Amino acid sequence: MSLDEVKIGGMGASRRRVEDNRFIRGKGNYVDDIVLPGMLHMEILRSPVAHARIKSIDTSAAWDVPGVRLVLTGEMMAARNLAWMPTLSYDTAAVLATDKVRFQGQEVCAVIADDPYIAKDACGKIVVDYEILPPIVNPVQAAAPDAVQIRDDKAGQVGNKIFDWEIGDKARTDKAFQDADVVSKIELHYPRTHPSPMETCGSLADYDRATGKLTVYLTTQAPHIVRAAVAMVAELPEQNIRIVSPDIGGGFGNKVPIYPGYVVAILASILTEKPVKWIEDKTGNLTSTGFGRDVYLKGEMALRKDGKILGVRMNTISDHGAFFADAQPSKFKIGLMHSAFAAYDIPTAHMFATGYYTNKAPGGVAYRCSFRVTEAMFFQERMVQAAADDLGMDQAEFRRVNFVKDEQHPHRTAFGFLTDSGQYEKCLDIGLEAIGYKNFAAEKAEAAKRGRLLGIGISTMTEPLGAGNSREYDILGIKMFDSAELRIHMSGKAILRTGSRGQGTGHETTWAQIVAHELGIPADDILVEEGDTDTAPFGMGTYASRSTPVAGAAIAMVARKVRAKARKLAAHLLEVSEEDIEWELGRFYVRGNQERGVTIQDCAMAAYSNMPDGMEPGLENVAYYDPPNLTWPFACYIAKIEIDPETGVWDVLQFVAVDDCGVRINPMIVEGQIMGGLTEAYAMANMQYQTYDEEGNIIGGNYMDFLLPTAWETPGFELYEVVTPCPHHPIGAKGVGECATVGGPAAFVNAVMDALKDKGVRNIDMPLMPNRVYEALTTGKDVYGMPPVRSGN
Amino acid sequence: MYPSRFNYESPKTIAEAIKLLDAGNGEAKILAGGQSLIPMIKLRFAFPEQIVDINNIPGLDYIRFDADGSLHIGALVRHEHLEKSVEISMRQPTIAAAAPLVSDPIVRTRGTFVGSVCHADPQGDWAATMIALKGHLVVQGPKGTRTIAMKDFVLGPYANSLNYNEIAIEAVIPAPKGVARGGYLKLERRVGDFATASVAVALDMSGDTVLGAGFALAGVGGKTIDANDAASVLIGQKLTDATIAKVAALVAAKAEPRTDHRGSAEYKRHIVEIFVKRILVANSTQKVA
Ligand SMILES: Cc1cc2nc3c(=O)[nH]c(=O)nc-3n(C[C@H](O)[C@H](O)[C@H](O)COP(=O)(O)OP(=O)(O)OC[C@H]3O[C@@H](n4cnc5c(N)ncnc54)[C@H](O)[C@@H]3O)c2cc1C
Repeated sequence: MSLDEVKIGGMGASRRRVEDNRFIRGKGNYVDDIVLPGMLHMEILRSPVAHARIKSIDTSAAWDVPGVRLVLTGEMMAARNLAWMPTLSYDTAAVLATDKVRFQGQEVCAVIADDPYIAKDACGKIVVDYEILPPIVNPVQAAAPDAVQIRDDKAGQVGNKIFDWEIGDKARTDKAFQDADVVSKIELHYPRTHPSPMETCGSLADYDRATGKLTVYLTTQAPHIVRAAVAMVAELPEQNIRIVSPDIGGGFGNKVPIYPGYVVAILASILTEKPVKWIEDKTGNLTSTGFGRDVYLKGEMALRKDGKILGVRMNTISDHGAFFADAQPSKFKIGLMHSAFAAYDIPTAHMFATGYYTNKAPGGVAYRCSFRVTEAMFFQERMVQAAADDLGMDQAEFRRVNFVKDEQHPHRTAFGFLTDSGQYEKCLDIGLEAIGYKNFAAEKAEAAKRGRLLGIGISTMTEPLGAGNSREYDILGIKMFDSAELRIHMSGKAILRTGSRGQGTGHETTWAQIVAHELGIPADDILVEEGDTDTAPFGMGTYASRSTPVAGAAIAMVARKVRAKARKLAAHLLEVSEEDIEWELGRFYVRGNQERGVTIQDCAMAAYSNMPDGMEPGLENVAYYDPPNLTWPFACYIAKIEIDPETGVWDVLQFVAVDDCGVRINPMIVEGQIMGGLTEAYAMANMQYQTYDEEGNIIGGNYMDFLLPTAWETPGFELYEVVTPCPHHPIGAKGVGECATVGGPAAFVNAVMDALKDKGVRNIDMPLMPNRVYEALTTGKDVYGMPPVRSGN
Repeated sequence: MYPSRFNYESPKTIAEAIKLLDAGNGEAKILAGGQSLIPMIKLRFAFPEQIVDINNIPGLDYIRFDADGSLHIGALVRHEHLEKSVEISMRQPTIAAAAPLVSDPIVRTRGTFVGSVCHADPQGDWAATMIALKGHLVVQGPKGTRTIAMKDFVLGPYANSLNYNEIAIEAVIPAPKGVARGGYLKLERRVGDFATASVAVALDMSGDTVLGAGFALAGVGGKTIDANDAASVLIGQKLTDATIAKVAALVAAKAEPRTDHRGSAEYKRHIVEIFVKRILVANSTQKVA
């Protein structure tokens, strides 16, 4: 008799998260929990200014502080060829500054001492003489003909431009615009924000001179990439490098890049021959590590009177900070920005992208966004709303008219992606019904009597999650596949290792469920282990919602390989030929005689104790999975908001989320991902951003200025699901980790803009703080968070 | 958190605490709820050599209405204690309205009313409340006890008129002649945020006639703003659309906001005016005992 899949914690079981047992007891094991004998502590001295030439650095007083073991400067790093390191976007980034500082918070010196208090005291004793240079805090300033060159370290660099990049069919798109009845335009800035994981970045480097082995415990979402990079930068043999990513207190993309602190701590351990721990403080994390967004978006839509979209033009100008350190597939300069409009059937599109250096922290793609898909979808949905308004068409109807229809899949988007599945209209209908779209006009009129403005905002999008396929996606040449290794013990219990890395996202729970689904081994019998490069198979790590699409697929595939061998063992045990064996969950039986069978556990025991002649003992395998395509989840988010016109304060009255992420492995975890993502989306729309003043001082370098949402003001979210299985994924799953952060912000902003529609206002840049809403209301003008940047085309 | 080195003492009596402060010669700091001091030393904005933790001094956590109707708040009364006090909710509406708006529920379990007043943060809610209520502090030093009226207490941002060797023992709010009314409104970007603008309004009413009124503002100036002058137009008056509009404009004129990432100066001034109106309108329509 077949097993009850939900009971064994298989697919579809809302199994409790096994990792929570240790997390909620305070028994997690984070980098900072690791203590090694004789360990020293490192503290980084950061630049207080945005742009300056370093005239001199005097570290003598720091060396004099009792307990100080080592003080490192850029010059000392340079002597070992370590003052600069490569970034993931074929640029270089300073490890410790030598010539200049290029953003406030940049790493200048490091002190290694017996305890962190001493290290911090000694940092305060270092004297750096800066010659202040004019700071550049946005792309307009960066592009000015007389702008100071930020990257004067780079041979061949002209001005502050990093790249020009384009995609799409320009001639055809130009033609579409000539043929248009109406051309709709929008211009906006997606402000800089920060992932701000609860645990900051840090590492504990332990170089053992006797064995030549370097072990680094490190907060990373991609331990194998770090190993490759360390081998490259530190010129150590790869087999002697072990990167361990223990429990991670949130990543959100912030823990993909390699940060200077890691490199300095490794060198410090080599020099002192002691373990060296470096744990960044919150301000260090907020001011120097991978941020998200900071893109100016401008676009036009060519429309026919009946509502059909004929073509789209996009223009993006991105602010990358001092180093081009975006962690993204190397081929794409502006990530997957061109995934915009994938849900809509649009004949032609063209995008032109320009990137600039500024005196701000480097990064750009972090924060739960699958390589700028967040900006793409935000722009798309703001553009769609503006176009519907310009046509005088209902915003839901306009989407319906232009959606790719279910039966059109697989569908090639205007920018060349291939979407393969979805039921967009169905999701929209569920959302509209749930929000009470039909009654909205009456509700709005009712509220107007109380002096309140009501708005409804829709955001519908399909996004590309789960890079790669190796044809198109690589990072510095390494293809974006992933892996899983499964070993079944003789008792039928198992250990599973993957090349991905959970970050509090439930891998230990979900991965076991996939194995349970494929083999019928109860999920509780499967230990999941990730993050140790000495034991885990090579993988590209976890970001861009790629774990389930890629590593998750590898898990299903490795389980199937194991099952294939178990089938041979079953045939041997049942004394029939393999062709006569049937499988049901957890059990093989003889065709035509269901009673006669053996369990997967019986097969496991046989693999160690009773294998047929000539068969290799053991029951284990490894699978590397190169997905044929990205996965394309779809989401429909609808917000209903109310504005107090006297103050500009707005409240969310209702929020509906309809997510189609294919087959749900653990529905509870999926819902958690959506809830969390919507919370972040609400924060970005409402309160959260990092900006810089004209001197290049960061505003948003602490939690008084950089606001994280709390349970008190975050609205409730109503969740609905539609399931369209992914046609190419072995278990039909699609990525979901980023959907809500990506699609959510436009729903809130569109809702506020809908409420202001008849005031002549077209755009307010995020965050939609009350003062901005009030300004738009009272002036009837658009409100830009930053001065609008003109086209670089 | 890696502050610079300090000594820590936890005296059991006020006298001992004063001795420690005196010996500290300006380098000692009182630790009450720690919700402002600890962030300051963590960020190394403050480097006290000596921390004098007053949390173990018994008898300082009382909320008491005396027979004369005056309200006494001991130095260790937490924000949460005020938020949950039934007596406060029935008898002191300005404090009752402000308490749930001070920081977030977590901070409110530790932070103290008196500590907040002493901290004199221009964005702090309690100093503004105390000014509107025309309260005073009872302080004790090596030479004994004295009182300091709120109007003389806040000297500037994070600066008060205590001597380095004095402790504020309690806050006192005088009894109203009639019935205490009023309210508190705050514009914040998020729960736990400091004020973009907040308004404390204290009213002393007899029927629907205003016997006395106080106004103070937080977040809209380099220090807590005392707008009590504006109150004179209300004395002896009823709260009508006309008187409300007049006083709201006067209070808003007292604000000294600056344009920053939280909003323009004009916007903040506008919010002050709206908030004064909203509090007064709410009190004018309230059934008056
Ligand atoms: C996240 C966060 C959000 C916050 N938001 C707000 C907010 O919205 N509104 C608001 O008003 N406040 C806010 N605060 C501050 C909070 O209310 C503090 O509790 C308060 O400002 C100080 O009170 P405390 O008891 O914590 O004082 P402490 O931090 O212990 O002390 C503050 C200062 O006052 C001195 N002091 C304390 N007690 C005495 C005394 N009895 N006599 C003499 N000097 C004394 C100390 O030496 C120190 O200099 C926030 C704090 C945090 C951490």
